Amino acid sequence: MSASPRLAAVRLGFGPSRGGEAEGAEAMLAALAGPDVDAARWPVGDFATALANARAHREAQRAHRAGTEGAGEALRAAQRARREEMDGILAHRLARAAAGQPFRERLAWFWADHFTVRPREPRMRAGVAAYADAAIRPHLGGRFADMLKAAALHPMMLLYLDQAESVGPNSRQGLRRGRGLNENLAREVLELHTLGVEAGYTQADVRGLARLFTGLSFTAETGFRFAPGRAEPGGDKVLGRVYGSGREARLEDILDALEDIAARPETARHLGWKLATHFVADTPDTGLVDHLAEAYRAGGGALRPVYAALAEHPATWASPGAKVRQPLEFLACAFRALGADPLGLAGLRARDRARLTFAALAAMGQPFEDPTGPDGWPEAAGRWITPHGLAARIDWAMTAPPRLLEAAARPDPRALVEAVLGPEASEATRMAAGAAETEWEGVGLVLASPEFNRR
Amino acid sequence: MLTRRFFLRGAAAVGCSAAAAPLVTPVTLLAAPWEQRLVVIILRGAMDGIDALRPLGDPAYAGLRPTLAAEAATGLDNFWALHPALDPILPLWQAGELAFAPAVSTPYRDKRSHFDGQALLEAGTGTDLAPGQARDGWLNRMLGAIPGTTAETAYAIGQDGLLVLAGQAGVLRWSPEARLTLSPQSRLLIEHMYHDDVLFRDAGGQAMTIADAVAGEDDMAGAGAGPAVPLAAFAAERLKEETRIAAFSIAGWDTHRDQARVLPRALTQLARAIVTLRDGLGPVWERTAVLAMTEFGRTARENGTGGTDHGTGGTLFAAGGAIRGGRVIGRWPGLAEADLYAGRDVMPTADVRAVAGWAMRGLFGLDRGLIEATVFPGLDLGSDPGLVA
Repeated sequence: MSASPRLAAVRLGFGPSRGGEAEGAEAMLAALAGPDVDAARWPVGDFATALANARAHREAQRAHRAGTEGAGEALRAAQRARREEMDGILAHRLARAAAGQPFRERLAWFWADHFTVRPREPRMRAGVAAYADAAIRPHLGGRFADMLKAAALHPMMLLYLDQAESVGPNSRQGLRRGRGLNENLAREVLELHTLGVEAGYTQADVRGLARLFTGLSFTAETGFRFAPGRAEPGGDKVLGRVYGSGREARLEDILDALEDIAARPETARHLGWKLATHFVADTPDTGLVDHLAEAYRAGGGALRPVYAALAEHPATWASPGAKVRQPLEFLACAFRALGADPLGLAGLRARDRARLTFAALAAMGQPFEDPTGPDGWPEAAGRWITPHGLAARIDWAMTAPPRLLEAAARPDPRALVEAVLGPEASEATRMAAGAAETEWEGVGLVLASPEFNRR
Repeated sequence: MLTRRFFLRGAAAVGCSAAAAPLVTPVTLLAAPWEQRLVVIILRGAMDGIDALRPLGDPAYAGLRPTLAAEAATGLDNFWALHPALDPILPLWQAGELAFAPAVSTPYRDKRSHFDGQALLEAGTGTDLAPGQARDGWLNRMLGAIPGTTAETAYAIGQDGLLVLAGQAGVLRWSPEARLTLSPQSRLLIEHMYHDDVLFRDAGGQAMTIADAVAGEDDMAGAGAGPAVPLAAFAAERLKEETRIAAFSIAGWDTHRDQARVLPRALTQLARAIVTLRDGLGPVWERTAVLAMTEFGRTARENGTGGTDHGTGGTLFAAGGAIRGGRVIGRWPGLAEADLYAGRDVMPTADVRAVAGWAMRGLFGLDRGLIEATVFPGLDLGSDPGLVA
């Protein structure tokens, strides 16, 4: 490996910590073989709980509308519980990022974005983090095909991309109720999750996969459930192969298709390009993309060899600072650099907390866990460093640190530059850190510097 | 100690980049080359054109839309009816300030990806360039071709990227919820830190200039009325001044299911945005054209889940005092099985770029050759639909 521990921390993690500690690429990758201790230590809830809380909120709202006695108090309690739930999820996600396995965390964020879900209604927002923990996290160091299956079968995905409503027109339920297909999930699996839009699939493949996907369903009690009564009978042709037959529809056929699609060379290339685009450069080196795709193929779709290929390729380390940190990364890096405990957010007044977290992220262009569409967040630096997005970052940098740290814990801005930016700091940033009118402003300037906002 | 030297060094290095100029000098308020205003609204997610503007007179319509067409709509004439969520803009139709172009599309076909579809719509290119390859948008190329435009001439508003206004020509970008207050010393130091990083220098410079310009304005006008209204209110504020072109986007059109419940929310946003522009612009509305366009339409048939899937031909909305409205323009292809594109979508009968091109020709007097060579390279504009008075 040809990277300094500091550079590895910047490119593959959330930067050095306040004291300048950085563990190096090898240790960061090796941690993936061990247990996922941070997820257990800072839980973000599960789907069943998110669903139950959402239902409790809906019930409370109904009762309130109906004028039931005491319903106002119950509704306020349910709303408070939802806010606390989201506050907790954000704080725990930041705490994981500040902890000891930053590459695992970066991967968890990357793959959850690759398999973006959004809640169908705002009260299900807590389900997003629960989905990422259940479907994405267990497979970060495993096989892509397993992650694909877990994501495609998760109730949040089935809800988001309308699969839960799609019914085979000739299935028992389709014939009885006159319902039919919805091709949303099938299209995005091919276009976004696996082959990529440039691959040579057709509308017929989308329809075939949509027919094959019928039957993917869930219940509140069991979570995922395969419902043969909604599945379109007969075989379905996808990318030249027919899955299933005239007999009863089976989940195995769907899993076989996903396994095959994951193994295709277009998928290898698409994933290699996505990883390189996210970790290295908005327009990545084609040699690097080829190298990642080859590692994916050679490893039979295992992901750890792909990460190893990323770490060993010179292009990965050749363009430090080429990427801009996304707003949530910026927050995580700032907590890490300041040595501030994200759980301390709980001690702030609700309004201040919201201003420094959810409102700030929205103003920076990245409302928490709420991208516009299933393609997730944009990668291009210019999409983040806009006048309004940068204004929000500067505003956060200049106002948040005194609220997150006791005055006694305030870093010396000149020391902060060296610890967090080190040799990457420009002369101008070093000079600004020392020339600010107050130490807090100096700290803010370090966080607002181009070097801190790049990786 | 920081001195004026940094500013001077900045000025020398910035050179001819219009977007970077605000860092070192206040925006120069040159008179814009025209008085007419153009607002482009990108409807992200593929609006179902035939639910928004319903061809009730088409004999196939009711059969294709058994549940969606069941709800009452507001009749415009003996063929077309407006979705009830668009009632707020009905007075514009009656005043001759609202027109529609149904069955329009970009050249994008068959793969029906939102993201490629939007990329092509905003790039304004043909299919010779792969979607996503384009680095600039058609509004930006139009600005670049007109002498005398300044960064202030055009505003990209809101958080999203708006490729349609991206490119070589300087434009301003802002989102109405953004804030920036800094001590003079911090501001100076930030300018110094950003000086050698062109991305941060341009964005930071614009941020500081705009923050100064809009200070004291009622910057949260329309908050609470939904996401599009503050964008429209901000656009109206700027268009009353030196700005001539504004663009923003409205999302929420991807109605794969439960469309009867979901689509009205997006239509309400669009209607409110148009009404907010009219009210905010006052007398300037007379010289304004608003074009709202989407990446493609949706399937002619309802799908199995009370919604519609990705289609081809879509509908363009045109509003404003500069629009010859009260009309539905272009050729309606019909919805009979044989008339559909690929047996499933509304057949496009005109290129959405031609509609926009003729509108710009009418508003700004652009040369036809310039539109066909530079703004929409390779496009044949065809005949004038007469959208602009």
